[in-house]
Amino acid sequence: MENSVAYEKATELRLGLPGIDEPAVLSSVKNNKRPLHDEKSGENGKSGQNERAPPSKAQIVGWPPVQSYRKNNFQQAKKSESECGGIYVKVSMDGAPYLRKIDLKVYKGYPELLQVLENMFKFTIGEYSEREGYKGSDYEPTYEDKDGDWMLVGDVPWEMFITSCKRLRIMKGSEARGLSCSGV
Amino acid sequence: MQKKTAYSFPDEILEHVFSFIQSGKDRNAASVVCKSWYEIERWCRRKIFVGNCYAVSPTMVIRRFPDIRSIELKGKPHFADFNLVPDGWGGYVLPWISEMAGAYPWLEEIRLKRMVVTDESLELVAKSFTNLQVLVLFSCEGFSTDGLAAIAASCKNLTELDLRDSEVDDLSGHWLNHFPDTYTSLVSLNISCLGSDDVSFSALERLVGRCPNLRRLLLNREVPLDKIANLLSRAPQLIEFGTGTYAAELRSDVYSNLAEAFCNCKDLKCLSGFWDAVPAYLPVIYSVCSRLTSLNLSYAPIQNPDLTKLVSQCPSLQRMWVLDYIEDSGLEVLASSCKDLQELRVFPSDPFGEEPNVSLTEKGLVAVSSGCPKLHSVLYFCRQMSNEALVTIAQNCPNFTRFRLCLLDPKIADYRTLQPLDVGFGAIVEHCKDLRRLSLSGLLTDRVFEYIGMHAKKLEMLSVAFAGESDLALHHVLSGCESLRKLEIMNCPFGDKALLANAAKLETMRSLWMSSCSVSLGACKMLGQKMPRLNIEVMDEKGPPDSRAESDPVDKLYIYRSVAGPRFDMPPFVWTMDEDFASELS
Repeated sequence: MENSVAYEKATELRLGLPGIDEPAVLSSVKNNKRPLHDEKSGENGKSGQNERAPPSKAQIVGWPPVQSYRKNNFQQAKKSESECGGIYVKVSMDGAPYLRKIDLKVYKGYPELLQVLENMFKFTIGEYSEREGYKGSDYEPTYEDKDGDWMLVGDVPWEMFITSCKRLRIMKGSEARGLSCSGV
Repeated sequence: MQKKTAYSFPDEILEHVFSFIQSGKDRNAASVVCKSWYEIERWCRRKIFVGNCYAVSPTMVIRRFPDIRSIELKGKPHFADFNLVPDGWGGYVLPWISEMAGAYPWLEEIRLKRMVVTDESLELVAKSFTNLQVLVLFSCEGFSTDGLAAIAASCKNLTELDLRDSEVDDLSGHWLNHFPDTYTSLVSLNISCLGSDDVSFSALERLVGRCPNLRRLLLNREVPLDKIANLLSRAPQLIEFGTGTYAAELRSDVYSNLAEAFCNCKDLKCLSGFWDAVPAYLPVIYSVCSRLTSLNLSYAPIQNPDLTKLVSQCPSLQRMWVLDYIEDSGLEVLASSCKDLQELRVFPSDPFGEEPNVSLTEKGLVAVSSGCPKLHSVLYFCRQMSNEALVTIAQNCPNFTRFRLCLLDPKIADYRTLQPLDVGFGAIVEHCKDLRRLSLSGLLTDRVFEYIGMHAKKLEMLSVAFAGESDLALHHVLSGCESLRKLEIMNCPFGDKALLANAAKLETMRSLWMSSCSVSLGACKMLGQKMPRLNIEVMDEKGPPDSRAESDPVDKLYIYRSVAGPRFDMPPFVWTMDEDFASELS
């Protein structure tokens, strides 16, 4: 009977740690609530399957059932997420009822970032020009910098952008156009 | 309106009688007695609890209950706490706030759990509900301190603001300044989740100083220890206090100020916070310890002997939350000192470590179960367990209402006999007849589910991971647990047969979550066709379900009853298996 075979398998004596022969399920993480233990495995921003590299077990998403703010508590480093190598910023879009969060360090430049934003919120960004900002669309990607000013995404060199960007907002309509005329 | 006879009560009398019925369940029961009771009851219901915000629409609630003053809403499934629910899943409160803004201008209390709350929602709350007294955002996210500023500025009657465990975008500590100088009604403030380096401390001090009714104050980690004394001296009437970071260089002036401040808080009964705690400053709270009924040290890295010494000074404890640094020895002391203990939670200090870093085993829990006759609620993380220990615990504590055991290594067997832990958990459900909530872990076969189905008749919530071998397991639970409301399952090898055989049961429950199990797409579609009053939501971030075979298991499944039909705010990775979906693809 199939039940007894499964039963025997589950209870067979072994020297290894139990639970290994079940596939360890790792979600391809778009989930921004990244437990800080990721920094131990040395790869931040990399999503997808971890190989079950011995000797440490693969981490299973959702196990053990400890909330993120408890897990994060024991990092000796400062709580801010930049300590684990990523630059996380919140992204909002006018009219969308939810915020997303992205890691700016993952992207190599503006084209990649804009593509991701387009996919994330299902809209198109217009053509960028230094003089006129984004043309051809109702939406403009903007960001708040360290000084609290709202700037147009793309106006400053990429490296400067990722270190000064605090959060992103995809503005809609006339408010957006107002920014593009301001210049840097 | 019913024709009045000499033998029926006037409506006003019935309404007066109903005003004594506070519980939602009782009110629901009264409302189905007859049509006139339904009518009278719905006009005078003031408080409503919606356990799943998608089970009903705001329009329907407003239509039935025209004059609500207090609402509680819950959004995401519980496993969202452990990162199993991706961002963007749902649980938005804005549609509710928008509709209630017009319908319930006198709303006084809003309590939300696991919902997405935007600044826009908070601004709308601030604008629409001038009488708001209570705002509780429990494990919510999506808002920033800008939204809080709007609340502070407008809600003149606010008594309680509780942001417990929420994820808040800290843009500026200055939101506290938005409480006007004339505002003095604060009774309860919980900002422990805020992370900003810039909580405006002076604004906080002034706020605390001018609110004489403040009884509960939970600070965030960033408030330094040397500021606490000053704060406490402005609020000696506090009953519950949560410190900020509890570490600082040892200085005698800071020390004595703190000790004096705590000593002057004669009503203080609950303490929490203690982030980064160092032993040097622990004795300042000794004067309070004998009165403490609740102590939360679950963020404190203090170890034995300091930790045990502290605990031994608190004989009145009813609730204790602590890290596993307490160890078996500390729990034995707890068991002998704290005879009023009702709730114990022991959290892991190193959840991902492979080797135990502390000496905390099943022995600690056995000791507490033996020494504390009032113990009824347990959450315990440890690395080893035996059936014998569980049986002892069950016999010691037949009054358990909540028993959650988490063995850090999934599928670990009884360490003494190498048997599954079926018998041990079986004893728990057999002896604890009032058990309402149970979380299983360790090596478990179908047998434990047979015991649960047989005995756990009052069980309302069951959490299962890495357990069972066949659909029989799920069938036992669905067919046996009469009171079951919430079932959440991860990484178990069963699904289809049990679900389809017990489809009707699912309509009697609030929700079912199954992730990384063996539920096929085909079964989901069948359920969707058969059960129109259930929302069958399949979640898969890798791609649409129709790109796979019918027999392929779905990644995540969330089933809940609803009178509102399928929802329309689903993200791209969630599909509803309703009748349309099923027929479209076949």
